[in-house]
Amino acid sequence: MNHLKLTPLKVRQVKTALKVQDLTMHYQQKAVLSDVSFVIPEGKSVAIIGPNGAGKSTLLKGMMGLIPTASGEVSFFGQALKKKRLAVAYVPQREEIDWDFPINVFDVVLMGRYGKLSLFSRPNAEDKAIASQALEQVGMEAFSQRQISQLSGGQQQRVFLARALAQNASIYLMDEPFAGVDMATEKAIITLFRQLQAAGKTVVCVHHDLNTVPDYFDWTLMINARLVASGPTQDVFTPDNLNKTYNGRLALLTEVTDRLHKTA
Amino acid sequence: MLELFIEFWRLTDPNVVWVLSGAILLGSSTGVLGSFLFFRKRSLIGDALAHAALPGVMSAFILFQTRDPLVILSGAIISCFIGFFFIDYMVKHTKIKEDSALAIVLSLFFAIGIFELTYIQKLEVASKSGLDKILFGQAAALVQADVIILGIAALLSLAIVALFYDKLRLITLDRQFAQSLGMNVAFYELLLTFSIVLSVVIGLQIFGVVLMAAALLFPVAAGRYWSDSLPCILLLCAIFGALSGAASANISYLAPQMPTGPWMVVMSSIIFFISMCFAPNRGALMRYIRITNQANRSNDENLLRTFYVIGERGNSFTQLLAPEQVLSVRNMGVKVLRQSINRMLKKHMIERENMCYRLTDKGLNEAKKITRYHRLWELYLTQRANISPNLVHESAEDVEHMLTPELERRISEELGYPEQDPHGQIIPKNDQLSGGNAL
Repeated sequence: MNHLKLTPLKVRQVKTALKVQDLTMHYQQKAVLSDVSFVIPEGKSVAIIGPNGAGKSTLLKGMMGLIPTASGEVSFFGQALKKKRLAVAYVPQREEIDWDFPINVFDVVLMGRYGKLSLFSRPNAEDKAIASQALEQVGMEAFSQRQISQLSGGQQQRVFLARALAQNASIYLMDEPFAGVDMATEKAIITLFRQLQAAGKTVVCVHHDLNTVPDYFDWTLMINARLVASGPTQDVFTPDNLNKTYNGRLALLTEVTDRLHKTA
Repeated sequence: MLELFIEFWRLTDPNVVWVLSGAILLGSSTGVLGSFLFFRKRSLIGDALAHAALPGVMSAFILFQTRDPLVILSGAIISCFIGFFFIDYMVKHTKIKEDSALAIVLSLFFAIGIFELTYIQKLEVASKSGLDKILFGQAAALVQADVIILGIAALLSLAIVALFYDKLRLITLDRQFAQSLGMNVAFYELLLTFSIVLSVVIGLQIFGVVLMAAALLFPVAAGRYWSDSLPCILLLCAIFGALSGAASANISYLAPQMPTGPWMVVMSSIIFFISMCFAPNRGALMRYIRITNQANRSNDENLLRTFYVIGERGNSFTQLLAPEQVLSVRNMGVKVLRQSINRMLKKHMIERENMCYRLTDKGLNEAKKITRYHRLWELYLTQRANISPNLVHESAEDVEHMLTPELERRISEELGYPEQDPHGQIIPKNDQLSGGNAL
């Protein structure tokens, strides 16, 4: 069936959104990630999967320059992060901030616009309009003036997504956006992913729920301190690769394998 | 004493004006900057920085043998920064965690400062007297020259907060995200540290090295009770800081032998305890009142529903009931019942006749409403949540007090406007609703 779609003349020249070459990261002199290299084409939704402590969040933070890398190169759309800052948006894990901080939802989302601000400038009317629009996109416009301390887990995640949307970036790197959210939020996030992809944007997620990988993501990165596999989900999300990634100690493995057999 | 107090506040003595304005400025600047430490969960840094300033003050005096505020201030700022980078280095490059690093710097620098102070006391220098006052603070010792320099420094630290408010707030809330935006986080953090160091060292003269942490943290701890908005909290910090500064200055003036620091702690803890008890929403008293009101309302509604249930059995909703009859149906304390009856009498929900009570029309309507809520919810749970009918009563006991007409309408709609609850009892009609339909 697939070959029908592959009419070569119509294939758009797909650009590379993210390229990582020989990335190695240390934590207290121990290698957490070694020699990771991969390429992600523009417009994909990408899952980064691997067991706990495999270095998924570390990889994301290393690519964002949030923690130092030991060696290797990362480029976004062919250029170093420094030159492409505004094209890259980062969504941290929810636990990384103090949700008791006295600030309302709108002001948090507006922070997505701060990357463009110079030393003395403040967000202007246009920035505020963009922030409102981002809130609408995640269905949180009614909560605009609400304190962040009053939000549920799913709502917190949507606020984080809205903040990233307000950046108007081309690639979104997200650290476990599906962790601990309700079904409604999970659906909203997936709808959002599809919208972003339709607009040609790239979405990269650290992801935990193996069951949803084939449905949610068309590209998969499997890591366990090193890269196990990277490629279209249908090609690399195989029992063999999963086994390598999770060192065979994966309880879910059989379950997912069954699922794969059923869909195949 | 009173005369002195009045004289202080008549502000006839120009020195009083200087001391007071100094105390207000320094108090508000430490209050505002302290709140950033508080929200970054690094409250104790302020304490370590204050202690780290001591050797700077003493070294500056030993080197230049002057009390010139600019010289002393510069010395304090330099040693504060040395202390700060020392802490920073230990946290980033050794296995020592932040709390231990703070303790190490705090005690080490304080010890060096005390050595120097002892050495100075043996020196034959005229201006050395009063240098030890910096340990516990002495507001009354401020003179015009000090206040001008310290005041400018205080305004500078406040101006930095005002100018970079947005960015300082962002790095306080979510440092990593700020970094991911490409913001120069290190620069803004240095700016914030600089303002904090400034407000710490200028506060020393009034609040003292040892008790500086209180001047930094009490205002924000109190302010947090009153508001959920950061600008409001910062404003409150400034006001609370200024208040405790002014009050301490006053006391220091009346009792010059007493150091100001302890008085400042007393004043700000009073403000803190007032906030903790009386602040609306978050204050303990208002919380208590809210909870009591809620409990009273539940009791009152239970009473009315009991009247209704008894009336339903006797086919007369307005029959006279003795309190014992109520108690035979509903398990509630005699005192609670008596209080509830009194409140309901006052609201004309029930009326009294010969030590017995009956529902008024108004009370009957209210009782119908509560019963309707109760039975609708029981039905909803059995039908929609598949809970057995003999288990739903408990939940309905709570929910009946919480439902709103809007929720009631939706539940009733979803259940297809039912007439009987799962126990076969009639769900009373909503009079307002049926009245509306009739029109």
